[in-house]
Amino acid sequence: MTSVAHAKPEGGGGAHDAHHAPMSFWRKYIFSTDHKIIGIQFLFVSLFFLLVGGLLAMQIRWQLGFPGQPMPGGSILPETMAVNRVILPEYYVQLVSMHGTFMVFFAIMPLLVGVYANFLIPLKIGTHDMAFPRINMASFWLALLAGLIMTASFFVPNGPIRSGWTNYAPLAARPDLSGVTVGQMLWCISIVVLGLSSVMGSLNYITTVINHRAPGMTWFRMPLSVWALFITAILGVLALPVLQGAAIMLLFDNVLGTHFFDPVAGGQALLWQHLFWFFGHPEVYILILPAMGMVSDIIANGSRKPIFGYHSMVFAIIGIAFLGWIVWGHHMFMSGMNPTLGSTFMVSTLLIAVPSAIKVFNWLGTMWRGNLRFHVPMLNAIGFVSMFTIGGLSGIFMAATPVDIPLHDTQFIVAHIHYVLFGGSLFALFAAITYWYPKMFGRMMNEGIGKLHFFLTFIFYNMTFFPMHIIGMGGQMRRIYDPTVYDFLKPQQPLNVFISYSAFALFAVQFLFAFNFLWSLKFGKKAPQNPWEDNGMEWSLPNPAPHGNWEKTPNVYRGPYEFSAPEAGDKDYLPQYTKLPTDRDPVPAPLPAGGH
Amino acid sequence: MRWWLPDAGSTFAGPIDALFLAILIITGIALVLVEVGLVTFVIRYRGRPGRKAFYTHGSTRAEVIWTAIPAVTMVALGLISNHYWVLIKDKKSVPPNAYHLGVHAKQFEWQVTYPGADGKLGTADDFTVRNQLHVVVNEPTAVELSSEDVIHSFFVPEWRLKQDAVPGMHITAWFQATKTGEFELGCAELCGMGHYKMRARVFVHTPDEFKAWMAQQAAGGTE
Amino acid sequence: MQTSTMTDAMRPPYPAEPGAGVYSNKLGMWVFLASDVMFFTALIGSYIVLRFGMPTQWAQPGAVLNVPLTGLNTFLLICSSVSMVKAYAAIADGKKYFLRKVPGQRLQDGGLKFWLLITIICGAGFVSVQLVEYVKLVGHGFTPSGYREGSLLAEHALADPVKYGAGVAGMYGSTFFTMTGFHGFHVTCGVISMLYLYFTKVLPEKYSPQDYRGIEVIGLYWHFVDLVWIILFTIVYLI
Repeated sequence: MTSVAHAKPEGGGGAHDAHHAPMSFWRKYIFSTDHKIIGIQFLFVSLFFLLVGGLLAMQIRWQLGFPGQPMPGGSILPETMAVNRVILPEYYVQLVSMHGTFMVFFAIMPLLVGVYANFLIPLKIGTHDMAFPRINMASFWLALLAGLIMTASFFVPNGPIRSGWTNYAPLAARPDLSGVTVGQMLWCISIVVLGLSSVMGSLNYITTVINHRAPGMTWFRMPLSVWALFITAILGVLALPVLQGAAIMLLFDNVLGTHFFDPVAGGQALLWQHLFWFFGHPEVYILILPAMGMVSDIIANGSRKPIFGYHSMVFAIIGIAFLGWIVWGHHMFMSGMNPTLGSTFMVSTLLIAVPSAIKVFNWLGTMWRGNLRFHVPMLNAIGFVSMFTIGGLSGIFMAATPVDIPLHDTQFIVAHIHYVLFGGSLFALFAAITYWYPKMFGRMMNEGIGKLHFFLTFIFYNMTFFPMHIIGMGGQMRRIYDPTVYDFLKPQQPLNVFISYSAFALFAVQFLFAFNFLWSLKFGKKAPQNPWEDNGMEWSLPNPAPHGNWEKTPNVYRGPYEFSAPEAGDKDYLPQYTKLPTDRDPVPAPLPAGGH
Repeated sequence: MRWWLPDAGSTFAGPIDALFLAILIITGIALVLVEVGLVTFVIRYRGRPGRKAFYTHGSTRAEVIWTAIPAVTMVALGLISNHYWVLIKDKKSVPPNAYHLGVHAKQFEWQVTYPGADGKLGTADDFTVRNQLHVVVNEPTAVELSSEDVIHSFFVPEWRLKQDAVPGMHITAWFQATKTGEFELGCAELCGMGHYKMRARVFVHTPDEFKAWMAQQAAGGTE
Repeated sequence: MQTSTMTDAMRPPYPAEPGAGVYSNKLGMWVFLASDVMFFTALIGSYIVLRFGMPTQWAQPGAVLNVPLTGLNTFLLICSSVSMVKAYAAIADGKKYFLRKVPGQRLQDGGLKFWLLITIICGAGFVSVQLVEYVKLVGHGFTPSGYREGSLLAEHALADPVKYGAGVAGMYGSTFFTMTGFHGFHVTCGVISMLYLYFTKVLPEKYSPQDYRGIEVIGLYWHFVDLVWIILFTIVYLI
């Protein structure tokens, strides 16, 4: 009786009735309630937005490297964006604003959370689907709608926002000062819709992890990827509504004539920053925690060793998530906020280095005395560890308030965020996409191309972003259209040119990945059932896994990282679902009094 | 080509650059530790057939060590940083003998108001100059920042000074220039499409030069 | 499944699941309410910050807003919370009916159909009164951007800025309409959801003492919205 209670997802109103019946193409792939299909939908959509964000970045790099020169391909841009193929200042500001918006909200966040929380959580905790499959489907469609609204702002009069992805008020609140009308409204509406999508997704992930773990999948037998995604979902549920509230007030400032953020009529300019960063800093961890979790799984697999210090890894995730709520002021050291508040925010910010250090050293500890396999996911995971370390360490410069004074709002911070978001999250995503590709599509991505892509990306990535630290130290401000306006920036212009060439190469190399991804869909090698010889529950299923995953709810017999365990015999892995003669079936958690 | 922070031009540069260097050394050690460890492990423990990884779930002692060391380092760094932070930015840190200037930011220019002969702002002999900041070397100067429209940020790299000018707020930032010559003042907060050209020239004078300039301004009008 | 042996406190509307010890719909609603708390925190927190920053732009309580009418409206909403509790208790006891005679008592006994309908009516009544109030306020010149230029209210405010708020009370209007508007939106969503349940689940008698999850979950939401209103009424109308 109890196992039935396990097996039945709630609230979807019998999404499983369709389990055995053949489904039409539309039901199966478009309006699907299957968590795996929804994950794949998110994957395609957010990879598309990643490409859009990348194209915007290329235009930014053209302008910074070659200010005032006609951009190749610029002739397709309308007069309002480029004249004689030369990017206009207002279009440049729109480029930086939308590059940030697309990358944060529509590429990295859905790639990590939308794709992998959806795809991995039910598979890894041994359940049949999400707790609320239809809410899950709605979450995807709302995210797509939000993305389309945001994209539409390129095609409206006056174009998209011109106030940066952070939308600092009163610039963003006053159309007469920013010159943006419809674009600003679309940004706010899109963010409100996205927030709704995110909350719907997150409440699903939280409920599923709490209530739908397979028998034997205790809290401390959950893989770190699931832990990270679970904690991320909690951050999402609590952080996104704050941004929604702020975006609504900003929208009202633009359309209803309110003055929440405009001091001329009693509003407060800093209120927007407090609201935005109160959301924004947890958001930063939404963008990195899932990456850390998935990298942990992949490093343990690649090292053929249990993760070093599993429990402290879990507590480090929780610690980072908790500290994430009390550090938002470190974005505002120069904002005119009370300097004493700056001191407290500095201390809480510096403390984040502690759980981050635990994670990095534990990854190293995992590799120590391992038997390393350098498959493509492992290479990217190692790339993640080395690059995230640089990103994390460069954050300490800005956390120390006096040093932040010269570095704040310069290219140094641009370097920092790209080391964390590209070197961190995106390398983790290359790893994760390659790793779970067979589970999604039943085929392997090409290993040779994957390795070539990794090494070239690693090189060009560092050539692009490392020099940004130096031009930032030299004082080059963020978001300026033409650095050569300033005499003190002129000497370092050659470095800007170098960065631009590297960035173009970096962008070009990504087509290797795109080609590999698309080509392997049809021509990739057929995947064996457990291609990486991993311990996760998902590998007990065929590739790709059927709708509903398991026929019968599986049992879990051990933790997720029993690589090279003595009991494993000649093999160097021992999956969570393997029942050894000594193993007893788990007793399902007792039901509270009054239950069945 | 410059590979370091700009040349020091104010009294803040000393402690800030020293702190920067200290953090660079600390983070440098951590970085070398991690990267060398990573490369060593990648080479030393590369997979070979027939070999099995060492089965361990961790070591509490090692973890305590690498939790405690960063924690202590960070707290110490926080305390030292805070000492200088208070000296530079705290509201009470502005020296009482500082020479006060008004800096009003608007899209896309800096309006600098000088106190005139009486040395006091808000009196009749004040005069305002667009996009030119004149100060005296080795004398504490306080800029009273305000903004007309959106948020701007007062940034002179050589002085290691940056402070947002926020509409609806009056913020005072101070510095003491140590080098005469001409510098640049830029806007460091996105303030609209003209953000990049919101630039003012900064002149650090000797006291005599400054007096002469003041006299010339008083006699000859605004620019 | 012997419901008869259970005490009232232990009576679950649906078998709990391992994990949190509650069924997923309820857990999901709790998580959603947590996120809604954050949403209202953003609005109310901004209100507090703005009001402390610019206290002159607020009118004295009762000068502009109709406190007695809204007080009555608050009472209506509290009543709807009570009737929601009665609806929940009714279905837990298996009373699926509308009204039924009880021997020896003058008043008829209400079932789920009765009490949920009362809740819907109270909720709809609350929104209607709020709408009427909005129309009247806007008619008087009170808008989200402050007092409309040339309106009587604006003239009052210029003559007596202490009573009616200075700066023609822009912040007053902005915060008032944003906070009460989003609360009204929440009430409207609740009413629509209850109507949906009423026609798809309650009238066809799909709920039973063994499974009345929908009623418990919407009840949670409804009490939350009620609670938010009590906070809003206090800080917007009374202080």
